[in-house]
Amino acid sequence: MIYVVIVFLWVALLLYLVMGGADFGAGIIEMFTLNKNKSHARKIMYNAIGPIWEANHMWLIIAIVILFVGFPVIYATMSTYLHIPLTVMLMGIIARGTALTFRNYDAVHDNMQKVYNKIFVYSSFITPLFLGIIAGSAVSGRVDPQATNFMDAYIYSWLNWFSVAIGFFTVALCGFLAAIYLIGETRDEAERKSFIRKAKLMNVAAVVAGSLVFIASVKENIPLVQWVFGNVIGITAVSAATISLIALWYLIAKGKRFIIRVLAGFQMTMILLTTTYKHFPNIIILKNGGHLSLIEDQGAEKTIQALGIALLVGSLFILPALFYLIWSFQYKPEQADSELQGH
Amino acid sequence: MAARSQMALSLGFHIIFSCIGMVMPFFMAVSHFLWLRTGNPVYQNVTKAWSKGVAIFFATGAVSGTVLSFELGLLWPTFMKHAGPIFGMPFSLEGTAFFIEAIALGFFLYGWNRFNRWFHWFTGVVVGISGLLSGILVVAANAWMNSPTGFDLVNGKYTNIDPIKAMFNPAWFSQALHMSVAAFAATGFAVAGVHALMILRKQNVNFHMKAFRIAAIFGVIAAILQPLSGDVSAKMVAKRQPAKLAAMEAHFKTKPYSPLIIGGIPDVKNKKVDYAIELPGMLSFMVHDDFKTPVKGLDQIPVKDQPPIAVTHYAFQIMVALGMLMMGLGVLYLIALWKKRTWFDKHWFLKLFIWATPIGFIAVEAGWTVTEVGRQPWIIQGVMRTADAVTPMPGISYSFYLFTAVYFTLSLAVIFLLHRQIMMVPEIYDNPNPAKA
Repeated sequence: MIYVVIVFLWVALLLYLVMGGADFGAGIIEMFTLNKNKSHARKIMYNAIGPIWEANHMWLIIAIVILFVGFPVIYATMSTYLHIPLTVMLMGIIARGTALTFRNYDAVHDNMQKVYNKIFVYSSFITPLFLGIIAGSAVSGRVDPQATNFMDAYIYSWLNWFSVAIGFFTVALCGFLAAIYLIGETRDEAERKSFIRKAKLMNVAAVVAGSLVFIASVKENIPLVQWVFGNVIGITAVSAATISLIALWYLIAKGKRFIIRVLAGFQMTMILLTTTYKHFPNIIILKNGGHLSLIEDQGAEKTIQALGIALLVGSLFILPALFYLIWSFQYKPEQADSELQGH
Repeated sequence: MAARSQMALSLGFHIIFSCIGMVMPFFMAVSHFLWLRTGNPVYQNVTKAWSKGVAIFFATGAVSGTVLSFELGLLWPTFMKHAGPIFGMPFSLEGTAFFIEAIALGFFLYGWNRFNRWFHWFTGVVVGISGLLSGILVVAANAWMNSPTGFDLVNGKYTNIDPIKAMFNPAWFSQALHMSVAAFAATGFAVAGVHALMILRKQNVNFHMKAFRIAAIFGVIAAILQPLSGDVSAKMVAKRQPAKLAAMEAHFKTKPYSPLIIGGIPDVKNKKVDYAIELPGMLSFMVHDDFKTPVKGLDQIPVKDQPPIAVTHYAFQIMVALGMLMMGLGVLYLIALWKKRTWFDKHWFLKLFIWATPIGFIAVEAGWTVTEVGRQPWIIQGVMRTADAVTPMPGISYSFYLFTAVYFTLSLAVIFLLHRQIMMVPEIYDNPNPAKA
């Protein structure tokens, strides 16, 4: 049963990275859109993410609930030593969710819209940045339960080149995902081109940020190269991601809509696989060389049993409904398009 | 202390957002149903207007809920380390319920004219039911903190953990019932009050009157039923948490014919209550169903295990007083409905409801204070002290200031938005072609 729970945790993280990431990315893309095109791009984006954004962010809640029910020691350690980046991320989540809702549901359209837009855009950037920092910190080996002073325990646990580089890498990935997603959302050729340009930009940014991660890992004495390339799965996953990236660009040129999304999702899967495979089942690496592991630090057996069953049963309800939701608003032939415009 | 304030603040806000977010879908569903049955477009407009409110509150409720799921660990890591696996079960189910709510809301908000009408209506109902379920589950988790079960504590180690038993702890039912009914009462009165104000201002009277009556009937029925669930809750508290009950009542001395103390100023030093109305034997009667059996007083509880008496007592008195007030209003409303239809147009009648707009939520917050402050100094009743659970990180007060600022901004923003929504009613819904709304 523990493996069922771990698979759910991993899948929830992956889906959050892909769905939530594309969602954050929409804000990042907005940031890099020229002012004159902004309002139109915004409209496309809102139509694309409006009905499903709430659901996209549920994956984070699922992941965190699995963590605190099933792996309380890991949850408690993270929330103690990574308190500050987690708080910043939460602020980002609050600001972003409310700004998006408010700008859509404010009955009066006036200067307040500008305020909502600003908040939305900045928080779309900051939230994944800190999400990446948190993920990077987990494996950077800087979390130090034996630290005696404030800086070591609560600041340097996450403030290092490696974690920050991963933060920027995450931001670039989100922007990339969103651009790929939005390419298929517009029928206007000029806009399509503009989203393709954004995707290219984000692709380059991801490569640059990815290289920075490697450089930072050398500087911080983290054996990242060995983690990624030191095993067959890692090498295979990286190669598969690279090949699929080439295929992706070819298919974009061909004007495909659905398959490019699948490929972008596949790349995220490969990235998450490479970064988690070598450590599995360890999830947090501590400064003293110790680690917290999903196997050794799991909660009581009965809890894991119950949690596993709850997740299985829950997914029976959630997944079909979610697929139907996405299908309804993405692929189902639209019946009354004019009605929606006035929304 | 800062950690406790931050938690109280976060929960205090979350409770309002989520109550409205979980009850309003039911109002919406009723009005939607009436529209589908009667074809009267006013009902459709009411539904749409409410659905925007729901969207706003759901988003704020959802983000404040996300924040809370992290805050539990950020502020109380020691508590979560031990309690997570025991009382986490309702949270994992709540995650599911909440997910379904989010999906259903996506269908509902964006599904106008896209789906079969009754399927669309059904998604709205699912929003309400899954919202209510997640509320019940979260309260069940809180009930566990009041009546911990499902584990054995041996030499400081938590063993033999049974999460299912912990979820169905003895207090879950009474607390969940009391909270759900309270949510309906508070939201019903709050929404009705706002619409009453608009009727009084003679704006879109037809629209607001329909909205007022749907919201009010929910609030009224819930308010009249609430004392019953309160009685169930009080008996449970008496059994599992005598210290809390004693503090609620400021009941200092254990003696036969224990009195029910109404109001008054508790004098903790001299162990008496000044200026209070005492009804001899009534407390015994309420707890034990007879007038004589003594009720455990604060004199039998060690001082180090006593909650803050004054706060608990005042909060409880406020909750009960406001609850009674709402019940009274509820009775008036029913009289109006059955005998005196003309009252609906009377200023004094509408004014009463306008004044009652906030009282439901004040009562909810007071009740929340009773259950949380009344449990102190324990975070898990009788098992773990709050002081032992708090995060070791220094400087939590800064985090408290930050969250305070954020929540206040958020509330102001929500009020501002709702105000704008309501003000726009004439423009949006007086349109001869309602489909454009």
